[in-house]
Amino acid sequence: MIIGNAKPLEEILEMLEPFDKIIVAGCNGCVTVCRVGGQKEVEITASALRLARESAGRPIEIREETLERQCDPEYLEQLRPFVEDYQAVLSLACGAGVQFMAEKYQSTPLLPGINTDFIGVTERQGEWSERCQACGDCVLHLTGGICPVTRCSKSLFHGPCGGSVDGHCEIDKSVACGWQLIIDRLKALDRLDMYEKLRPMKDWRTSRDGGPRRIIREDLTQ
Amino acid sequence: MLKAFENGADGVMVIGCMEGECHFQTGNLRARKRVERVADLLEQAGIGKERVRMVNLSAGEATKFVAFANEMVEHLTELGPSPINLIRNKQPAGIAPASHAEDSGEKA
Repeated sequence: MIIGNAKPLEEILEMLEPFDKIIVAGCNGCVTVCRVGGQKEVEITASALRLARESAGRPIEIREETLERQCDPEYLEQLRPFVEDYQAVLSLACGAGVQFMAEKYQSTPLLPGINTDFIGVTERQGEWSERCQACGDCVLHLTGGICPVTRCSKSLFHGPCGGSVDGHCEIDKSVACGWQLIIDRLKALDRLDMYEKLRPMKDWRTSRDGGPRRIIREDLTQ
Repeated sequence: MLKAFENGADGVMVIGCMEGECHFQTGNLRARKRVERVADLLEQAGIGKERVRMVNLSAGEATKFVAFANEMVEHLTELGPSPINLIRNKQPAGIAPASHAEDSGEKA
């Protein structure tokens, strides 16, 4: 899922400075699971904003809404009947959701209430870590199910660099060396031959190097 | 907890079970962390982190409950009304009515 992190209240208050009547819009997708943008967080954020603004002598009116997803047009439409009645929308969705809503409501300022961080997993309640950088050309079948693009700090494709010490990355001892993980896993699978096999250079055009990406599925489009 | 402040409370005291004796195992420990988060939000919102407090009690400690409650009232009297109540009531001192404060206690 997409993992996000709440923006400091101070930053949000600064964004909201010109406005007195807003919508705080949550999303029931990824940001609900990582506890940063679901209904509960909408309630907490709205409450904290009302407290901050009223104690500063400038109350703010907030409508609280949580959509099923902000990355699908049909759910974004649910705001249309009343969005014009508000001066701005503070979205607690990921960056995709905020942008999609901004596209749909051209005359309403859209503000991001969270920082979108990465595609990752839940390690335990309250702890998430990155697993995928959406490079568009998955090689997990060659690397023991461990992504060299994401887990290696340098996104190397030919094994560990000189900064790998005792299984840790030189950037931080708490970070495992991605390539050490790959080698250990291939060893456990008795497939170290995959590590030794020469492969052509990765084509990064499927990643961000090719600019903003788009997928069109002819079997699904109408 | 935040709603209690919106509804006019000058402070909120959360009561959890004794640590290590909670029926929900770690429910009271997690409650304490959430109280800390709310305190942080209150600080950022200009209300003040010292207006929320968590204490631990067992169900049979009525006397201790009274002592904690009195201590909280004294603490809030010293602090005075929350910035919101100062604005709402335009009064310089004294604790403002907290219509929903009685809902803010929590037994983890």
